[in-house]
Amino acid sequence: MELKPNEKLDIEEILKDLDKYRPRRRGWTWREEVEPRKMGPFEYYDTSKPLKNSQPLPAAKYFKNIDPQPKAVITTEIASGRFEDDIRRMRMAAWHGADHIMVIRTAGQSHYDGLIEGTPQGIGGIPITRKQVRAQRKALDLIEDEVGRPINYHSYVSGVAGPEIAVMFAEEGVNGAHQDPQYNILYRNINMVRSFVDAACAKKVMAWADMAQIDGAHNANATAREAWKVMPELMVQHAINSMFSVKVGMKKENICLSTVPPTAPPAPCMRLDLPYAVALRELFKDYKMRAQMNTKYMESSAREATVTHVLNLLISQLTRADIQSTITPDEGRNVPWHIYNIEAVDTAKQAFAGMDGLTEMVQIKRHEGELAEKVRELKERAVLFMEEILEVGGYFNAVEQGFFVDSGYYPERNGDGIVRKIDGGVGAGTVYEREPDYMAPVTAHFGYNNVAQYDETAVDNPSKLIGGCTFEDPDKIIYIDELDENDNVYVRLEETKELRKTSKLKPEMEWLGDGVILITLFLPVEERVAEFAAIEIGNKLGLKDVEVIHKEIMQQAEGTRIELKGRVDFTIDIDELVIPPKPEVLTEDEIREEIKNNPMTIVAATVGEDEHSVGLREIIDIKHGGIEKYGIECNYLGTSVPVEKLVDAAIETNADAILASTIISHDDIHYKNMKRIHELCIEKGIRDKIILVAGGTQVSNELAVESGMDAGFGRGTNGDMVATFLVKKRREMKNEN
Amino acid sequence: MRKDDYQERRKHLANLTEEELEQRFWELAEKIVDPLIELAEKHTSPSIERSVLLRMGFSSLEAQAIVEGAIDRGLLGKGAGHLVYRLARDKNMDIREAGLKLANGEMWEDVVAAFKGGAE
Repeated sequence: MELKPNEKLDIEEILKDLDKYRPRRRGWTWREEVEPRKMGPFEYYDTSKPLKNSQPLPAAKYFKNIDPQPKAVITTEIASGRFEDDIRRMRMAAWHGADHIMVIRTAGQSHYDGLIEGTPQGIGGIPITRKQVRAQRKALDLIEDEVGRPINYHSYVSGVAGPEIAVMFAEEGVNGAHQDPQYNILYRNINMVRSFVDAACAKKVMAWADMAQIDGAHNANATAREAWKVMPELMVQHAINSMFSVKVGMKKENICLSTVPPTAPPAPCMRLDLPYAVALRELFKDYKMRAQMNTKYMESSAREATVTHVLNLLISQLTRADIQSTITPDEGRNVPWHIYNIEAVDTAKQAFAGMDGLTEMVQIKRHEGELAEKVRELKERAVLFMEEILEVGGYFNAVEQGFFVDSGYYPERNGDGIVRKIDGGVGAGTVYEREPDYMAPVTAHFGYNNVAQYDETAVDNPSKLIGGCTFEDPDKIIYIDELDENDNVYVRLEETKELRKTSKLKPEMEWLGDGVILITLFLPVEERVAEFAAIEIGNKLGLKDVEVIHKEIMQQAEGTRIELKGRVDFTIDIDELVIPPKPEVLTEDEIREEIKNNPMTIVAATVGEDEHSVGLREIIDIKHGGIEKYGIECNYLGTSVPVEKLVDAAIETNADAILASTIISHDDIHYKNMKRIHELCIEKGIRDKIILVAGGTQVSNELAVESGMDAGFGRGTNGDMVATFLVKKRREMKNEN
Repeated sequence: MRKDDYQERRKHLANLTEEELEQRFWELAEKIVDPLIELAEKHTSPSIERSVLLRMGFSSLEAQAIVEGAIDRGLLGKGAGHLVYRLARDKNMDIREAGLKLANGEMWEDVVAAFKGGAE
């Protein structure tokens, strides 16, 4: 199966023969060929191998459609609750430049003691099951072939089923995962002993599968009341998980620190966040940095979030980011929508392209002044934190005493840290001592394992006892398809069948056919009135489930900006649409070349009793991207020009074309003027040598041609469309002669 | 509650070079982690044992049933995979066959006898 860029990914094809699917590889892939390269007219210093197929930034059209790919792996987090819809979003994200697809788990999975099976729908994420993981990995195999870059698939090895999930991920070719027992303890209230015992086994499996590990320290940022004050603790949390992982057997280059610039504007965030970023990268120079974006101070403004995130990217560029995570700018108001995943990926790609090679010119003042002092201070505070952990008797005691996520700037203590008890939490009392004859006949098992009691020669290869485990022989994996006949992908696909198999269409933000649309409005009333007025407007528009998801005061009396979401409950039929053919546009270079070889002159005016000038100037003026920029000589005669004068001017200048603008359409005066121009040109004997073009907001091509013009251009016309027409028409006339 | 006494506490660090400070950071991290590693080496959990059974070729549902059976009989400290292995070996069954018996609640008396009876 191969994807075609102009064809939709077929989910039913993905689900077919899923029980026989085997992942093509294990382990994490970093970006390749990070080296200086020329792209379009530019030299880049910090890019990686370009993609085979991609969607460049909108402004790329000015630069030969180049799509420079940053050197960092770019993450997008996908969390809609329906894996089949997430797969389509993955493909869109990959085209925009994401090569790390992180799948968020459904609410509550971390307390589920075991694996979930089948394809039940999730909330704020998907229930991570073997079937969904397999389907998504299979889809990503196709997508990575299409874009031409390996895509890392990632989810979470946390909660009370960590070791099982790790094994399933290793079997299914998952490339990266979050794993940090401290996350379980602090934020999920899972028993601390269970968390560390499980974590060692889970990490050992991850190490065997060569997976990248991301820790959970950044959550302290999001949880602490004053995020910037937990910086010393963050370094301690990173150190505990990193050192624990190394001791279990994980390679340092597979251990990624999840680090977030803690602050956001209007705080002077760069000055607070940069010393922390420098200190962290120095202490953890052997480890990888997964730079996350700030979520702590996110409100419902997508614009505000994007600015914060660009500042976060500046820190990544000035210091180091091996994986650049992206946060969708709508995360402050809803579960992320398709379009915002793409926006977030593009924000990273755009900012990195813009900052390419910046450190060739700009340098951090590392050894003097405020930054140098702050870096030293942060490291010392972190060391003091760890000294005190040992003083109170170690990690468990420190957690019991509320050391972590205290809002004080350590050694300051505000007494508001998260307290957990060694015998408390989910899964308390479920840890068992391994007896002297404890044995587990499998590969990548951490800890005491008395294999020798059965076979001395199997000590280094315990699965030899059973003729190999699933890690050596994937055919031993037992695949469960579905367990719930009412909550599964087939039921959902049946519901969306019409939208997938017919010409019926509905807008969507998360799920196929969700019907969600977003409307931006300005209402000239104060905030609260605006909110309720907007809901009424949504209702009158016939939308369902109308909700204001963002409001921003422009001025308290003058008005409010509102973003309104709602659902449409109708479909449209694309077969019934009348879609005019797409105007053909030559490339800028092609037009320029033609004009250089065969210069072109035109005369232009707004004709009749008509004082409108804006439209025609847009088509002509170089500063609006008009036809002048291609080297076409334009003689602009002004407004309210009699048609006779326009035709005479064309004869005098030996013009190739006349551009007549006509806005006023009362009594069809615009078409009457067109006819006059055509007739005059015949009378004067130039009609077969000249191109006649009319334009205006009420002009249609069909009626213009009927009125004797060669073409008519209406609303939405650009200079390049007119230039293309002129060049092609002249070629055509030459061929005829 | 404690005021920021950083200036007081840092005195013993003040004269360390940057390298010495970083070295101290990692030594402390190791000291914090070492007892946690030792704890993990010597213990197991239901999830760990289910993860062993998955690797031995059992489904999540089968693994769940076997681990529950082992806990009920006080045998998890032997290793759930061990129980399956031992039953298969003693009764000359293949691994999958033995595990399915246990998952179905059968032949546990043989397992109990093998581990708790006789000379042990």
